[in-house]
Amino acid sequence: MKKLMTLLLMALMVTGLQAQSKSDLPNVTLKDLNGKDVNISQLSNNGKPIVLTFWATWCGPCIKEHNALNDVYQDWQDETGVKIFAVSIDDSRSTAKVKPMVEGKGWDFDILLDVNSDLKRAMNVSNPPHTFLFDGSGKLVYQHTGYIEGGEDELYEEILKIAKKKK
Amino acid sequence: MRKHILFTLALALTFGFKASAQSFLENSQVNGSFQTDAQYYMLDKGIDITDLYDKKVGINGFGKVNYTNGNFSAGIRFEAFLPEMNGFRSELKGAGLANFFATYDNGFIGMTVGDIYDQFGSGLVFRTYEEWSLGMDNALRGARVVIRPTKGVTLKGLYGRQRFYWAPYMERDFYDDDIRGIVRGVDGEWDLNQSIPALNDSKFRMSLGGSFVSKKQYDMSIFYYIPENVGAAAGRLNLGYGNWSFSTEYAYKINDPSAINNFIYKEGQALMASLSYSQKGFGAVLQVKRVDNMSFKSMYTGKQNDLDINFIPPINYTHTHSLPSMYTYSTQPNGEMAAQFQVNYTIPKGTALGGKYGTKLALNVSQVNDIVRDSIMVNDQKVINKSGTLGYSSKFFAIDKHRFFRDINFEIDKKISKDWHLTAQYINLYYDIETIEGHAGAPVVQANIGFLDVTYKINKKQSLRLELQGLWENKVKAGYEYEESEKKDYQKRGDWAAALLEYTISPHWSFSIADKWNYGNPVEEYRDHYFTGTISYIHEATRIMLSAGRQSEGVVCVGGVCRTVPASSGVSLTVSTSF
Repeated sequence: MKKLMTLLLMALMVTGLQAQSKSDLPNVTLKDLNGKDVNISQLSNNGKPIVLTFWATWCGPCIKEHNALNDVYQDWQDETGVKIFAVSIDDSRSTAKVKPMVEGKGWDFDILLDVNSDLKRAMNVSNPPHTFLFDGSGKLVYQHTGYIEGGEDELYEEILKIAKKKK
Repeated sequence: MRKHILFTLALALTFGFKASAQSFLENSQVNGSFQTDAQYYMLDKGIDITDLYDKKVGINGFGKVNYTNGNFSAGIRFEAFLPEMNGFRSELKGAGLANFFATYDNGFIGMTVGDIYDQFGSGLVFRTYEEWSLGMDNALRGARVVIRPTKGVTLKGLYGRQRFYWAPYMERDFYDDDIRGIVRGVDGEWDLNQSIPALNDSKFRMSLGGSFVSKKQYDMSIFYYIPENVGAAAGRLNLGYGNWSFSTEYAYKINDPSAINNFIYKEGQALMASLSYSQKGFGAVLQVKRVDNMSFKSMYTGKQNDLDINFIPPINYTHTHSLPSMYTYSTQPNGEMAAQFQVNYTIPKGTALGGKYGTKLALNVSQVNDIVRDSIMVNDQKVINKSGTLGYSSKFFAIDKHRFFRDINFEIDKKISKDWHLTAQYINLYYDIETIEGHAGAPVVQANIGFLDVTYKINKKQSLRLELQGLWENKVKAGYEYEESEKKDYQKRGDWAAALLEYTISPHWSFSIADKWNYGNPVEEYRDHYFTGTISYIHEATRIMLSAGRQSEGVVCVGGVCRTVPASSGVSLTVSTSF
């Protein structure tokens, strides 16, 4: 165990030498609904805010949250340019159901598939729904776990804060 | 140990500690999460809890910290079960560092040492994962290399030993009863659309993959000759054209006698396929699956979900309301034929039925039957599933009459006005409780289930939600004649009613009271109320939940893996946060 800690420490110091750009978006690659690789650290929205929301087809509150978000998404986009990525943590038991559900419910978000829970682990999500808000440079500014009716209003207040800062 | 520290210091100095420390601080990120679930148990004669067996409190907790710096990341997870909560495996009792890893990934090559979670294809031959709420963790402690030689091609190789509660990972000695094997695997995937420029934006999509996994185990059996190397292979194909998608995976495993398959020497097979069509407002998916003798564990004596190398996904609908989720199907690795069909449709806004907001409809039908097993000749005798033999023969596409499970459900989800929202579902269920939960001789659960979930927004911040549920069994009801000796098998059986009222103040508070009542149990003394009250507070990524009352005996399932929870009475607290 101690050996391992030493190893980790060594590795930390060596990699510490390489300068990297600062963003809170982790270096994890997921797939979109067409099977295309998407590296989360490269997500961008032209300097506008990004929302990452973790959900699953079997998660009731997530579906409620998505329905609520979808109702206001167009307005939010018009006003702040925010982009919502909905990260499905469905595993192989239900990945095939993700696309039909998303289309069937008419959601307009960009969908990403975290089949192996890589991003879920990297971002310390315990239970869906869990929502993260990043500013245009990829800095994490707000996160929220669970969904309570009307919870989208608080998220929007946070989005407005960073959208205003930009102006 | 000291040598290592000196070496590290020397290394740091040679690389220029100052420079590294600076960029180290600037570029590094630390994040993590904590969770504690605790339960205080109380005696409750009403639901037959007359002895706590010296366990007044159960506490499960974990804390994890991740460190990231550019292409490098590392993390540790500490777990404590002091002691474990009821319903979790007693082997979990204890505390310690359960998981650690270090990864370097620059896009071309990725290397990981430590505890690895990964999956090949849909997991039919390899999947390691962790599910806290089930106490399930089959991480592979070892090393992994991922290479992406060109765009669209991913090659993986990994090697290690799986987590088995708190058992040490050291090389076993001869007298040790820990006979976990070593797991090795390779996987390759080729996405044609990403690797062939002409196909980059094509409507046609295609990707291929293949994997091979083997375990090296120790033969400690005195009755059987256990193969020391067992290999399994799988191939997969994903196709898409416009709104259509098709994907399939086939897996094959050589003979692998184990406690789960009654020590037969038959090969194992699994096939999964799905076809889906979706466009805005409409989505449909059909899935089929065949599983034959496909339990694959790194220890041939393993029970339940212990040391599973692979994952056979159940494909039926996952219910989330309390009554329908009482009877959740779990995969039968020894054999099943399953099919599932789901349609989602939104009646557009502005139509007569769609109203102002549209109406969301969903239909799901799923059924699982056994595979057909034919006898084989051993020493001029017809046998079926006899230990030490090839077991049975099975026609690939034949479906046995024995039905394990069927679920037909229809859901309507409607926003009626700005303030009112309604969800209702009807479920017709067939659940072979004898096969799935092992209640020998208990009659099949055939039930109609319905729920109504109404939300009323009082104002921008406050809302009320009422949930009404009913479960009506067709046969086992009040008055059903049962054998006195089998009384225990009738716990939770018969008709149920449930209600829940929740009051929420966004974004922090939720208060709810709920009751579940087994009013139609054939056994009079089981006709109990399960009353609970819950308060939860959420602040950003922190959640605190306190609840008090009774919990009925049941099954908690996440992602198709289940654990049984015994009936209990008391107070429970969950605190979780992440940063």
